[in-house]
Order: sequence, then C-alpha cells, then structure tokens
Amino acid sequence: MISQLLFFLLLSTGIFFFTRRIGVIRRNIKSGQNWDGSDRAAERWATMARVALGQGKMTTRPVAGAMHILIYAGFVIINIEVLEILIDGLIGTHRVFAFLGPLYDFLIASFEWLAAGVILACIVFFVRRNGMAIARLASKDLKGWPSLDANIILVVEVLLMFAFLSMNAADAIAQSRGLEHYVAAGSFPVSSFLVPIYAGLTDAGVVAVERGMWWFHIAGVLAFLVYVPYSKHFHIILAFPNTYYSNLNPSGQMDNMAAVKKEVDLMMDPSADPFAAADPSDEPPARFGVKDATNLTWKQLLEAYTCTECGRCTSECPANHTGKLLSPRKIMMSTRDRIEEIGQQREANGGKWEPDGKSLLGDWITEEELWACTSCQACVEACPINISPMGIILDMRRSLIMEDSKSPESITSMFNNIENNGAPWAFSPGSRGDWTQEV
Amino acid sequence: MGFLSREPRRLDPRSLNMSSFHIPTMAEMTAAGQSPEVLFWVGCAGSFDDRAKRITKAIARILDASETSFAVLGQEESCTGDPAKRAGNEFLYQMQAAQNIATLNGYGIKRIITGCPHCFNVLKNEYPELGGTYEVLHHTQFIRELIETGKLRMSDNSPFKGRRITFHDPCYLGRSNGEYLAPREVIAKLDAELLEMRRCKQNAMCCGAGGAQMFKEAESGDREVNHARTDQALETEPEVIATGCPFCNTMMTDGVKNAEQESNVVVKDIAELIAEAADLLDAPTS
Repeated sequence: MISQLLFFLLLSTGIFFFTRRIGVIRRNIKSGQNWDGSDRAAERWATMARVALGQGKMTTRPVAGAMHILIYAGFVIINIEVLEILIDGLIGTHRVFAFLGPLYDFLIASFEWLAAGVILACIVFFVRRNGMAIARLASKDLKGWPSLDANIILVVEVLLMFAFLSMNAADAIAQSRGLEHYVAAGSFPVSSFLVPIYAGLTDAGVVAVERGMWWFHIAGVLAFLVYVPYSKHFHIILAFPNTYYSNLNPSGQMDNMAAVKKEVDLMMDPSADPFAAADPSDEPPARFGVKDATNLTWKQLLEAYTCTECGRCTSECPANHTGKLLSPRKIMMSTRDRIEEIGQQREANGGKWEPDGKSLLGDWITEEELWACTSCQACVEACPINISPMGIILDMRRSLIMEDSKSPESITSMFNNIENNGAPWAFSPGSRGDWTQEV
Repeated sequence: MGFLSREPRRLDPRSLNMSSFHIPTMAEMTAAGQSPEVLFWVGCAGSFDDRAKRITKAIARILDASETSFAVLGQEESCTGDPAKRAGNEFLYQMQAAQNIATLNGYGIKRIITGCPHCFNVLKNEYPELGGTYEVLHHTQFIRELIETGKLRMSDNSPFKGRRITFHDPCYLGRSNGEYLAPREVIAKLDAELLEMRRCKQNAMCCGAGGAQMFKEAESGDREVNHARTDQALETEPEVIATGCPFCNTMMTDGVKNAEQESNVVVKDIAELIAEAADLLDAPTS
C-alpha cells in the first residue's frame, strides 16, 4: 500500500512538472504572430503521417536514419510496457498483462529486442557524437549545453533500457525459483544474457534487484518526461504538430505581405484620396519583418522548439559549406534561446513584457549571417521535420530593409536600379529589347 | 534522304543572321489585332547580360523554328521584383509586381515561358495572389513539350552524341518547384551521356547567386560558393556543364575559369544545346 502511494506521488509529481513546462512552452509559442494553418487538413494529416510518423525524410542519411528509426520504434513500442508498469504501480499488481499468455510472451520478447536495438543505436550515436569528427556533430554550434544535452539523452536512454532488461532478468530468476508474486510470464530472449550476473544472489537479493530496477526504470522514465521539454529532445512530441503545420506551398514561394499590398494598392489606385483619414479599424502592423522573436509567427516559434539540432540543414547550406558565418541550425537555436528568455522575463515581471533593449536580430543573429543566405532552400529540404530556417532569415532581412534601411551598399544600388530602370543593373529600360535586333 | 544535301542546319547562336527573323512585341501584335500563343518573358539577365542574351536568342530561335506563335513585352517588361523581395524589400517587389501584372493582364496573357527560374518562380507562385494568374513554363518544360509534340526535331547527328554532360539544377526550378525531369528529358534527346553530380536534384547545391547574392559581394568565408559547386560538377569529368538559369550560367562559367578548365569544359544553357542540335529542315511546316 505504501509503495502504491509512493508510486502515485512520484507519478503525479512527474506529470505536474511536465504539464507546467508544457504550459510555459505553449504560452511562449502563442506569443508569436498569427499564422493560419487551418486549411488543407487532409494534406496536413498525410504530411504528418509521412514525415513524422513514417520518418519519411530520415533515411536520406542511411546510417543516422536507420539508427533513428530503431530508437523511434523502440520508444513507441516499449511504451506499451510502461502502461503495464503504470497499472502495476497504481493497483499493486505484478505483470498485470500476463493473462495474455503467448501474446504477452511475444510482446515482452519484442520489447527486449527493441531495447537491445535502442542500446546499440544510442552507443552508435554516442560514438558518432564524441569519437568521430562528423562536422555537423562536432560543430561549434553545439559547444557547451547543446552537446551535453545530447549526451545526457543518450546516456539516460541506455540506462533506462539496461534497467528494463535487468528487471526482466531478475524477474526470470524469481520466476524459476517460484518466488511469491512472480507469476511465470514473459519471454526473455535478451535479458537471459544478464541472468548470470544476478544468478548468484539470494532470493531476497533477486527481489531487491527486480524491485530496484523496476523503480529505477519508472522513476527514470518520469524524470526524463520532465527533462524532455527543457531539452532539444522535445522533438519527440513537437515533430507531430510541426509536420502537421508544414509549409505546403512550394519551398521557394515567399508570402506576399498583406500590409504592404494594402499600401501598394492605394498607391496604384488613381482614385485613392491621399489625404483621406486612415480607417481607424485597420491599424498599421506593429512592424515590417522580424526583429525580435515575438515578431515571428507562432508556427516559426513552434519550429524553434521542435528543432533537435541535428544539423542536417547546416551541413547542406552552401554558405556554411564555404566557411561563411551562417548556420541555419544556429538560427533555430538562437530563436529558441531568445523566446525562452523573453518568456522567463515576462514571467518574472508578472506576465508583462518590459523591453529589455535586446533583440533576436542584433544580439543573437547578426546581419552578416542573414546576408550570407542564397535562399536556395537546401536547409528546408534537409530538415527531417520540415522546419524552415530560411523563412526566419528572409523575414529578418525584411526588418533590416523596411524598418532600419540597413543593407550592403551594392544591395541598395540594386534596389535603386530596379526602381529607376526596371532591372537590377544600371541599363536603360529602352535597351531591353535590343537583343531582338541581333537574332 | 540524301545525307549530303540534308546536312542539318544547326542553330548555333554564334552564327548570327543565319535565319534572321522578326520578334514581335505584344504592342505590335495587339496593334495588328493578333495575340500570340505564348509570351516569352525574357527577364533582366536575358535582356541585358551579354552571355545571357545568347541564351535568350537560342530560346527565340527554338520558338521560331518550332513555329510557336510568340511575342515579348520588350520595353514594357520590367524586373519581376525577385531580387528585391529576397533582399527584404517587399515594397519594391510589390510595386514591380503590380506594374507587371497590370501589363500582363492588359494584354490578356494566358501562357508564359521564361528562361529564368527566378522569374518562373515569382510569376508562377507569387503573382497569383496579387492578381496575376498565368500558366508559366520554364523553357526546358516548353522545349520538352515541343519535342514531344513533334514541333521540334533533333538532328539525327546530334553534335552532342556521346558527349559527357552534367546538369546543374537551378534551386528555383528544382527544389522550389520540383522540376527535375524536364531538363534531363531534354538532355536525353541529345543522345549525350548524362552524368549526375553527387549533389543533384533535391540535394543539389546552389551556385551561389540566389537570394540577391548575385548583386553583392559574398560574405567572408573559406571560398566562393560557385567555386565549390563547380568542383562538384568537374568531379563528373564533363565536357559540358548544362544549366537552365542565366545566373547559374554566370556562376558556373566563372567557376570553370577559376579551376582553369575552360579549354576542357564549356558551360551552356540547355536552350543553347538544343538550338545547336535541332534539325530545322525537318521541322514541320504545316
């Protein structure tokens, strides 16, 4: 009874902290600008099914892709076992699904194989991250916390799987000795290799290992639950809404800013009265383009929280590839850092936002990074969960130009040429058709 | 068929005045009470840049040889606004768009072909919401159509038979609009050996010109994007690097020069390759 109570307390604490953190992230994401993703629902579900559920873009990199799918499958399927653990923990049963008989044996055996797969994949990932000079994993983008975060995730996953297998090994020993409560159930193809480790223990020792691992495993799962939304690892959940809200337009299509359209329409309309009082119902937009994280749409902020910092974008980026400062991954990481900071300051300030004199553009992301982008969409294509770093970059250029009138000199002359000559170069519009005389 | 007397007439853009013809503007056509099947949107590079003008002329010759009824806007054409938009100047872009859409709609344009993937992307994807909806084709798509419908025939003796050609995907044709096949199918008609770079199609690397980079100096780094991309093309040991974009063409040409390979490798637009390989005498005259 005490253990049930303890279990209930542990579970509620985990769920409480997880929910609270989700609330914070939700609020931060909703501090972004409007974006309408209510259209084309069927296409959105299909995209989510293909890209997130089906891991459709993962295997473009075969090794990382295959290992990822192993961990993904392990995570999703082994959670059935967590369900059993939750029921056992709350009502005090032991292996409550054992009545399923052969099906139960099959399930437990497949969990064990998957657990072994997860351990293998995590070790491969750990070695790739720490022992091999893979550019996107050894990049300076990941210095400090991001790199530690990644390693914590891998180590915890290995520990959890090891605890799960040890629990089964001890359970199998207890079953063979006919110990009380330990019904004969389950099939243990992987954990049987661990049996020799615990076989020398007394009955009490075996039960202690089994219980200890059981508690360690579920406590670890709950601690991980709380940790994940503070980590890049939150993609395991956000990948689903993020792919649902994927950009379904061609990747090279930029939006036409509605606020600009209104002004241009007015300029082009000969019957418009330039001195007419502004319609009080349509307020001018707060600003053109993106300077701080709250100028981004909620969808772009969702992308920032979804990014798991794999760096496929950066490794495909032509600017990064040729040694420029721009790293699309860093754009996403900076965005998340800044919106987190804004959220924390707002919280400390009783929910009200007091400008802190800093902004995403300027303090986190520099003009040099923005101007290095070729808008080639390689980052968009490379992202396994349809994030668009390019969208943020181009929106920030809008702020540089339309709010701050800051551009490289050559870009300013390009604008002037278009304005005066209808071409980005200083050619007379009258000579536009000259080539026709040369055919 | 007497082979001697049927030596295919090559559309070599260098041999100018071989088949001089008049290219009408929309204004002329409208004045004459006519309207063309397609509008040829030339683009700024195609109109003003000397190298790109050769591509424009090749496209014009293909249109003429295939008896496509076409016209250009001439002086009424203006920048689509693409480089302004991608550099952040949405005002300038929308001013350009409004002006161009007024011109295009004024002439009742339905179908547009263009040799520039940047114009292609803007006209196809970004103008509709501003009131300009047209069927827009990249020239490689239109050339494929001309070949498929028999309006344009390749010479039996393609000058590119067995030649090693690699194709550099323009970002705004490929990734932007998913068109990877048309240029390759057109190249296939040349009887050439098509070589794929290790980064091609969805994963193709940019030439370095997009997003208004063409009009500014690159940020500091280890090297130029176009040099890196040209190296990838040269890895396939091509005789020809084929392009479908005037900006890619400039960048790759510069890259080939930088690698001191200009005596071994030429950079040509697909339109130029086709113009050289098309046998005009066999074009239907009906």
